Amino acid sequence: MSDPKKLPIEERVKLYWKENQRLIIILLAIWFAVSYLPVLIVNQLNNIVIAGFPLGYYMGSQGSLIVFVVLIFYYAFAMNRLDEKYGMSDRDK
Amino acid sequence: MAATTGAQSVFRNKMARYYGYFTIGFIVVATIMLLLEIFAGLPTQFIGWIFMLLTLALYATIGILSRTKAIDEYYVAGRNVPAVFNGMATGADWMSAASFISMAGTLYLIGYDGLAYIMGWTGGYVLLALLFAPYLRKFGQYTIPDFVGARFGGNTARVVAAICAIIVSLTYVTAQVVGVGLIMQRFVGVDYRLGIIIGLSGVLVCSFLGGMKAVTWTQVAQYIILIIAYLIPVTALSMSLTGFPIPQLSYGQALSNITRLEAEQKISVTTESPVVPGKFVTTGYIPPFNEGMSNAPGVTAVRQLNTALGTNFTPPTTQTIPDAKRPELGDWRSTPWNFLALMACLMLGTAGLPHILIRFYTVPSVRESRLSVGWSLFFIFLLYFTAPAYAAFSRWNILQNVVGQEIMALPEWTANWGRQGLIAIRDFSTINGVAVGSEPSWVKNLVTAGSLTITDTNGNGVIDLGPFAKDGDNPATAGEIAGTAVTEASLDGVLQFNEFGSPTGPAIDGDLVVLSTPDIAGLPYTIGALVAAGGLAAALSTADGLLVVIASAIAHDIYFKVVNPKASLNTRMWLGKTMIVVAAAVAALLALPRLALIAQMVAWAFSMATATFFPIVLLGIFWSRANGPGAIAGMIGGLATTIFYMAMNYWNPAFNVLGITHLGSGIFGLPVAIILCIVVSLLTPAPSREIQELVTHLRNPVTDDEVMAKYGSGDSITAH
Repeated sequence: MSDPKKLPIEERVKLYWKENQRLIIILLAIWFAVSYLPVLIVNQLNNIVIAGFPLGYYMGSQGSLIVFVVLIFYYAFAMNRLDEKYGMSDRDK
Repeated sequence: MAATTGAQSVFRNKMARYYGYFTIGFIVVATIMLLLEIFAGLPTQFIGWIFMLLTLALYATIGILSRTKAIDEYYVAGRNVPAVFNGMATGADWMSAASFISMAGTLYLIGYDGLAYIMGWTGGYVLLALLFAPYLRKFGQYTIPDFVGARFGGNTARVVAAICAIIVSLTYVTAQVVGVGLIMQRFVGVDYRLGIIIGLSGVLVCSFLGGMKAVTWTQVAQYIILIIAYLIPVTALSMSLTGFPIPQLSYGQALSNITRLEAEQKISVTTESPVVPGKFVTTGYIPPFNEGMSNAPGVTAVRQLNTALGTNFTPPTTQTIPDAKRPELGDWRSTPWNFLALMACLMLGTAGLPHILIRFYTVPSVRESRLSVGWSLFFIFLLYFTAPAYAAFSRWNILQNVVGQEIMALPEWTANWGRQGLIAIRDFSTINGVAVGSEPSWVKNLVTAGSLTITDTNGNGVIDLGPFAKDGDNPATAGEIAGTAVTEASLDGVLQFNEFGSPTGPAIDGDLVVLSTPDIAGLPYTIGALVAAGGLAAALSTADGLLVVIASAIAHDIYFKVVNPKASLNTRMWLGKTMIVVAAAVAALLALPRLALIAQMVAWAFSMATATFFPIVLLGIFWSRANGPGAIAGMIGGLATTIFYMAMNYWNPAFNVLGITHLGSGIFGLPVAIILCIVVSLLTPAPSREIQELVTHLRNPVTDDEVMAKYGSGDSITAH
């Protein structure tokens, strides 16, 4: 295993960008799955009621929002790790 | 360097301490006012004034303390705003009078369908975090047209982007000014115009003296005030209805009670569509997609314009869909397409609005910019996560304690709000014995509309109601009133859901839901004044951020970058400050006639941003082959398609695709913009090597700022 930090800069930017793109696509898929999909099946979801909340309504009013917040903080965390891995963190310039 | 990071955290801790003291101080002042009101009987008018003046003075003080002559402090707050504070500032910048006052009201009125706004106005931040913020921070200039100009190599692209930014921001700021005027009028009791002037002077002191730096630090204070003001009344309402003080978790109980009461009161019913046999639509709060299409806002807009401008345009004929007379237009209710289109436009538009995008220029690093979007959404989330609870508790309370009650036994606050002309109890029993000619305005409106006639048959000068009777000529008559508006339920002395309305229509004004909650929950006036101060903070903070965008688009993008690149720093500062005042004055003038069209235009701004800024900035970062001609073609094509669909549907709802209304029209402009940008880019030469290098540097967080500077304005960029 070679240390990615020692690769030439062009190579590093390329690999870094590839991993970044993959992460973006995965997170966007989750984003889509919690906001758009529940709208399409809201009537079925509304048959499930938890603590007074019909699930379809809940996804629109709070459920998807919680996931949005988590997604963004996760991305910040994952990208910090990726920065470190490729020696690209702008914190310790 | 570690030292820089250390200095940053010292600065962050210092600011955290200041704002901690501020929060405690604010709570102490509010508590003292509360005690004075309860024990010393402080007059309500006085409390209203104290809250207004105190908060305005506070914003002005922060503005004066942060006054600056440095250009990068003026445009991007010196790029040293820590992620958490930038998050609060973005939150205040983002949450306008509409979020604070109207959001819960919209949900109260239309139930599930209103959730498109809740998801739309938060989900956009995911796109911002993943697709835009880190790269714009890396680019590190002053404005969004700066980015468009540098990436797409040329002043044409820059000017087109600057003009788009000005149009979007000006309509938006006008809506905020209207909000300021209304809040001042309702809670301090000053004239609407005077309210605008007092409110705007608060904004101006801030943005004029200190630009983005002052705006940022004021917005942090405004965020703290607005979130406290939003949470207190709904917590009290939850406490009084359920005995549990966390409304965000306990409103499930409100939802199940709403479902039960709506069924009991026949508000939620399933009926067969009048035009599509075999298709059933359920009305009510929880069931989705039951809003029909209508061009009523378009009709109102034309009438208002005619009054305001003295013109004589013919309003379109009022139409609604489904229309039993035109079954070929179909019934789009109970399909999700309009909901999805609107939600998508709100999300993509959020990620494309200039006043939000520039906030990510103000953080110290790419790393902080990613984190900052997280904090932004977290602080916005606190309000949006609560709005559905607000709406549900209000609706439950209205259905349980107001609707179905004897008119005589209604809670006291309904009479207060009725006297102020904010709500109307539309049961005819309320006009029994009222002198002819002094009926409430909702009765006069019915007479004008032809659905009610009043005849003083016994000549005693007052309206006498007899028992309900039906005779052959009139569908329904009783005593001295007659007409189609008279039904058995409309004069039985018991309030029906559709009788609880505004003076102009059968539904209450959505804005009242948040504003009336303190009264409904029986809280002292001080809490009402606190809510008004919160609404004012929301409107002013958004207005501040928008004024900076407009001023920088004119002074920086158009004047400095295109007209006179040799302008001195002093000239640019001076012009920027002048433009802030000019933009504020223009917004105040536009706000004076109080056109409903303005609120509509704010909603349209999202569609326009969806079809212009969003695809262009996205392709600019993620596709290095995109070039200037492609971007210009994309922006113009996207905008034209969006405006065409918008205008056609606004005027005539029969013009629609899949039942999507004008609010979601950006969904049609978006693919046009993307396809045009790709096709035109491929047909024209690739961007220069230098620009392709710029794209590579954008993706690499560690390229030196000095390297970046040569792609941008040439101004030196503040070191970290």
